[in-house]
Amino acid sequence: MDPVIHLRSAVALAGRFPVLAGADLDVERGEIVLLQGANGAGKTSVLRACAGLLRVVSGEARVLGADLVADPRAVRRRVGLFGHATALYEDLSAAQNVRFALRAARRPADGAAPALERMGITGRLVAAPVASLSAGQRRRVALASLVARDPELWLLDEPHAGLDAEHRDLLDSVVGDAVGRGATVLMASHEHDRAHALAGRAVTVAGGMIGRDAASFDRRSPAHVA
Amino acid sequence: MWRDALLVGGKDLRVELRSRVTTNQVAPYSILVLVLFGFAFDQDRALLTRAGPGLFWVAVLLCCLLAVQRSFAIEAADGARDGLRLSGLDPAGVFVGKAAAVAAQLAALEVLLGVGVVVLFGTNLRDPALLVLSALAATVGLAAAGTLYGIVAAGLRVRETLLPLLVLPVVAPVLLGATQAWMAALGLSSTDGWRWFVLLASFAAMYVTVGVLSFGTLVEEA
Repeated sequence: MDPVIHLRSAVALAGRFPVLAGADLDVERGEIVLLQGANGAGKTSVLRACAGLLRVVSGEARVLGADLVADPRAVRRRVGLFGHATALYEDLSAAQNVRFALRAARRPADGAAPALERMGITGRLVAAPVASLSAGQRRRVALASLVARDPELWLLDEPHAGLDAEHRDLLDSVVGDAVGRGATVLMASHEHDRAHALAGRAVTVAGGMIGRDAASFDRRSPAHVA
Repeated sequence: MWRDALLVGGKDLRVELRSRVTTNQVAPYSILVLVLFGFAFDQDRALLTRAGPGLFWVAVLLCCLLAVQRSFAIEAADGARDGLRLSGLDPAGVFVGKAAAVAAQLAALEVLLGVGVVVLFGTNLRDPALLVLSALAATVGLAAAGTLYGIVAAGLRVRETLLPLLVLPVVAPVLLGATQAWMAALGLSSTDGWRWFVLLASFAAMYVTVGVLSFGTLVEEA
């Protein structure tokens, strides 16, 4: 079976600036892979390139079977990116934001309520404008969008940031459940203990290049996560 | 495309309804512009009446800039534009949806401004069909051109100041055509207003077509 992510000598540009300088990476279906590296190493760029948001100009880049060099848009509806920005509309409510994300992804909008409830967005928070929510609540709304869309590939950039301990556990549980349903996860995190507990293996990113596996862990089944 | 356009247009209008930027800021601004024109030409009522259509469309043009800037500001906040790109929505649908939302806001403002022009400047209607159809074509043209240049400016730090520089010269034919068509519709000139309507409709058709075909590339480059 083809890997979910296959990068070979992938070079990606942000404007004219090369942010990936010949990255190699293979991620198999159902894996949770941790990207580790210093600030500015290129972890976010790897995630954005895999989401089809950064243009890969040379090398090979196949995600979920789609050739990102030829058509970066081909994969977008099938991946979910949870990054530093929440990508929410501040004047809309939590429910309206998640419903919009679902309709855009051609999914039934009635998946919004269970996803918000799963992420602890209940009661008055559901109808409140996102602008009135705390930073942590906004991140949980963004996560609810991801949960509701249930993408095949989860791209998580510092997913634990801004969440309290209870909701970090919840996030780990949600990620484990997604992998249990057959999803694949690529994440960047500086929360080493949590990320290593979650991931099956780690790769190191430095200078826009991805090294060989820096560390391998025993593959945990989703049931053991969180 | 139409399904995505409806989704994006509905979302933009919902954002505006909840934020009330159009009703609380843009609408009062447009009335203020008309009142200031009234002050400037106060002593010459005949000139005000004759210049009414032109002043109306200048006010609409300024409101269009605000509406377009607002339309892309909501996508710039907190990475929403990446969310829109990742959603997999048809870029042509996004263009049509955003332009339709801007056009709907402009149409509402035009009704308000129309009342203002009648009250402040005094006008008589001779050809209502020409008035309505030319307003419709001009509104679609302004919204389409504004949305197209809005995405060009969206990714730049200087977008607030660049947008008027890009849009105002491009929409000059709309200002000219709509003013002439309205002058004919209001009996203020003897020119054939329907010829100006054809210009407005052609402009609108051209920018809608260009937008539908090129918006995807522009979103990626912005």
